[in-house]
Amino acid sequence: MNWRRIMAIARKEFIQIRRDPHSFLIAVLLPLFQILLLGYGARLDADHIPVYVYDQEGSQDSQALLKHFQASRYFDVIKAVDNYPELVRAIDADRCKLGLVIPWDFSRRLADAHHSEVQALLDGTDDNSAQLALGYAQAVIGAYSNEVQLKWFAARGLSQQTVAPLSVDYRTWFNEELESKNFIIPGTVALVMALMGALLSSLTIAREWERGTMEQLIATPATAMEIMVGKLFPYLVIGLSDAALCTAFAVGWFNVPFRGNAGMLMFTTTLFLVVILGIGYMISVATKSQIGASQYALLVTLLPTSMLSGFAFPIDQMPAPIRAVTYLVYSRYYVSALKGIFLAGSGLEDLAPQIGAMIVYAVVIAVFATRAFRKSLQ
Amino acid sequence: MPKGTSIVAQELVKRFGGFTAVNRVSFRISTGEIFGLLGPNGSGKSTIIRMLCGLLTPTSGRASVAGFNVAEQPEQVRQHIGYMSQKFSLYNDLRVIENLKFYAGLYGVKGKLLTERIAWALQMAGLTGSETLLTGELAGGWKQRLALGCAVLHRPQVLFLDEPTAGVDPLSRRRFWELIHQMAAEDVTILVTTHYMDEAEYCNRLALIDAGRIVATGSPSEIKCTSIKGDLLLVECAPLGRGLELLKSRPGVLDVAVFGAALHVVVSAAQQARVELPAALASAGVIVTAVEPIAPSLEDAFVAMTGRRPDTSEAAQ
Amino acid sequence: MKAPAVQIEGLSKHFATGPAVVDLGFAAQRGEILGLVGPDGAGKTTTLRILAGVLPADSGAAWVAGHDVVHDPEAVKSHIGYMPQQYGLYEDLTVDENIRFYADLFEITSAVRKQRSGELLAACGMMPFRRRLAGQLSGGMKRKLGLICALIHSPEILLLDEPTTGVDPVSRRELWGILYSLVFQGVTVLISTAYFDEAERCHRLLLLHRGGALFCGTPTELKSKLPGGVLSMASAEPERLRAALADADGVLSAMAMGDALHIVVDNPQRRTPELRARLEGAGLTFGDIAPMGATVEDVFAYMVSTQPGDRGR
Repeated sequence: MNWRRIMAIARKEFIQIRRDPHSFLIAVLLPLFQILLLGYGARLDADHIPVYVYDQEGSQDSQALLKHFQASRYFDVIKAVDNYPELVRAIDADRCKLGLVIPWDFSRRLADAHHSEVQALLDGTDDNSAQLALGYAQAVIGAYSNEVQLKWFAARGLSQQTVAPLSVDYRTWFNEELESKNFIIPGTVALVMALMGALLSSLTIAREWERGTMEQLIATPATAMEIMVGKLFPYLVIGLSDAALCTAFAVGWFNVPFRGNAGMLMFTTTLFLVVILGIGYMISVATKSQIGASQYALLVTLLPTSMLSGFAFPIDQMPAPIRAVTYLVYSRYYVSALKGIFLAGSGLEDLAPQIGAMIVYAVVIAVFATRAFRKSLQ
Repeated sequence: MPKGTSIVAQELVKRFGGFTAVNRVSFRISTGEIFGLLGPNGSGKSTIIRMLCGLLTPTSGRASVAGFNVAEQPEQVRQHIGYMSQKFSLYNDLRVIENLKFYAGLYGVKGKLLTERIAWALQMAGLTGSETLLTGELAGGWKQRLALGCAVLHRPQVLFLDEPTAGVDPLSRRRFWELIHQMAAEDVTILVTTHYMDEAEYCNRLALIDAGRIVATGSPSEIKCTSIKGDLLLVECAPLGRGLELLKSRPGVLDVAVFGAALHVVVSAAQQARVELPAALASAGVIVTAVEPIAPSLEDAFVAMTGRRPDTSEAAQ
Repeated sequence: MKAPAVQIEGLSKHFATGPAVVDLGFAAQRGEILGLVGPDGAGKTTTLRILAGVLPADSGAAWVAGHDVVHDPEAVKSHIGYMPQQYGLYEDLTVDENIRFYADLFEITSAVRKQRSGELLAACGMMPFRRRLAGQLSGGMKRKLGLICALIHSPEILLLDEPTTGVDPVSRRELWGILYSLVFQGVTVLISTAYFDEAERCHRLLLLHRGGALFCGTPTELKSKLPGGVLSMASAEPERLRAALADADGVLSAMAMGDALHIVVDNPQRRTPELRARLEGAGLTFGDIAPMGATVEDVFAYMVSTQPGDRGR
């Protein structure tokens, strides 16, 4: 490998990207557009869910629970009703999404059995928002019950420390605010890398064929390896810059927590980019046409990354056969690493399985990619 | 036999924005004549042809084709002309016969005449028996003759050929020109553009075009005789490089260039130079084996007439 | 004597569409311009691609600058300059950027690059356009830039595939001027062309037809292959003369030109009075009948017509 030739090819690619409006768009504007789109548009959170309440008891305790709902920004308690049919009618007429029924023995059961039930009525036609509303309701009730438990312990002179583990249940989510954006946005980085990396790298070799410059290029002493490395290096740099840009945007604009370290982010992103760029490059070598190459590239990178990586659709909720397939989708390891780095501050040890899998993929793809291109017109 | 005039161009001008593509071009072409517009790419040849076909409106000036004014009666003009463009305008995914039928339909050739003309075109193109081949699979020469067949299915009085032999091999070009001469003999008027100097020799008359202007008009031999200021000599000598250097700086030598194993030397006076040059070269140690006058080629004429570098002129725009 | 710069023996290459090069052999000496001449599909491009090491041969041997290009194509690449028909210019790069790219690939130091590109740009009259994007150059200038890129590493052997196609006459002369000056420096040039008039500029010609060599020698030697000679008859109606003479005794071929008929006959001296009589008998008017030099095209057309089983194109 001759470093000078690699740099000559890389410099040429950089100039071409800079002068080609399409490449520039894909490299710079597309990532921003993606993260804004997914940060806002595909946001799964619902704020100010309208709630009707049928408080059968009307006690101190039931009011305390309702105050928790009032205080949450997810819910607006807009009306209290005094009979069941009115509550049902309100849901049917879509005047509210959630109907909350507090039973007449709420505080008694709370005091006696330390266990009470609240009934939540939901409009199941919109399963997604129903699920969300239920989730938020559980969280609010959970917080209330936590408070009740604390009081109970305190009343019996038990110390706070012993109580503390109770809250661990929530910490495991690493998303105490229960905001789906925190869940979605770190994965967006993977989506941007897949989209940008695959699109741009799939064009590199095909463009030389289409513009007729390949013949003279392979008549120079540059080796196939030098051509590949020189051509992909700029996209690695752009990819890492885009990852940094997306992260900055995620943290600065969408207030997504970033608890891990930047080194881990760059390291895993590099591994992911090697795979994506290698795939795009091989497709480019195989198709020799820019349009064909970009379509195939999107098919094999963007599609699995958006559907099967756990980026938006949790893998553990998928049917078993599909879940099995996700183990083959290289993006799932990166998405899971990203979420770990952003939300849990995971380090090398925590992410060892993901990183291991990504290294295997990167090596395999790199080996295939170096063999894909032959310096021949045949 | 007195013949009429088929094409008249009077002071034709075409401007695109501030760029003058065609600058006051005038010529008359007689019926049955093969008239060539010879010039490098970008000199305005295709623009002239497009104006004469009624595809582009002249900025100023007048032109008539087959008796119709191109600006006022473009539809009538199009009925009477055949036009074959550089790209041959054939559908590569259609079969030979389908292309012919398509163009016959466009020109409204119908019934018995249709069968007759298609058979004629196939025979002319040498494609009889190959009607069902896909056009895209034909070699360049056949494709070119098929395009010619499509352009003349409706028996036009005037035929426009815009770079008809670009990308066609020399033997096919020979055959193509045989066909063109046969058509001209049947009183079809032909206007052809080309940038191939050797090909222009096939035209009865030529206009040399440079940067939108006509710089010379005449038959190929007239142009060759009158264009060069001075005489052209072939000088065979060894070593050639040294001979080249010596002659470059010699007074009386207007131009010198290597041509194969010899030098082409333009001198102001041939008689004198034939005596002086060998002596001068020999005294500098260059052995001269032959000095003889040769006829200039059209390329020599063209370079002499334009007298400057097209690339440099382009930069000035 | 030194080994030839390029030598090939029994070279063959078949594609799915048929044979492209068939048992071809020739040698090019150091410091000569060898023209590969023939119509499209004759095998010119395939031969040059094999020599440039960008296309593997099926069989046969080829040495370029002393290296076996069939078995070790990479070894020749630093010795040759190759300009394919689709010359490898990056249209979105400037003139200087293109030159620098190729110079770096050949590991030319920047000092050498600056000096050499300065010389070449000056010789091509392109000094004022160094910062212009290659895509905005005229056809002739693009070719010249392609040539500069192929020459930046001072190759011993230059392989040019139809470098003058679509180039205006003035640029064409400049290109040839550069080639001759390279030859004076000892560079060997292999150039393919579909223009027979251009073939006369080469030192030696390799006439290719259907992948094989019809002839290899100087243009003068080639022209001596034509039996008889060529007559030019001045006429305002050359096509009518052609029709009258095409089947006359001793006429090998007749071609109507713009203001003359070019006619190849077996014996010019004997046939001239015969032809004259025939034209007069037909009542046709004509001017001078003069012998003229045969062109490469005349000879090629004759040679192809005498090939077995070939009706020409």
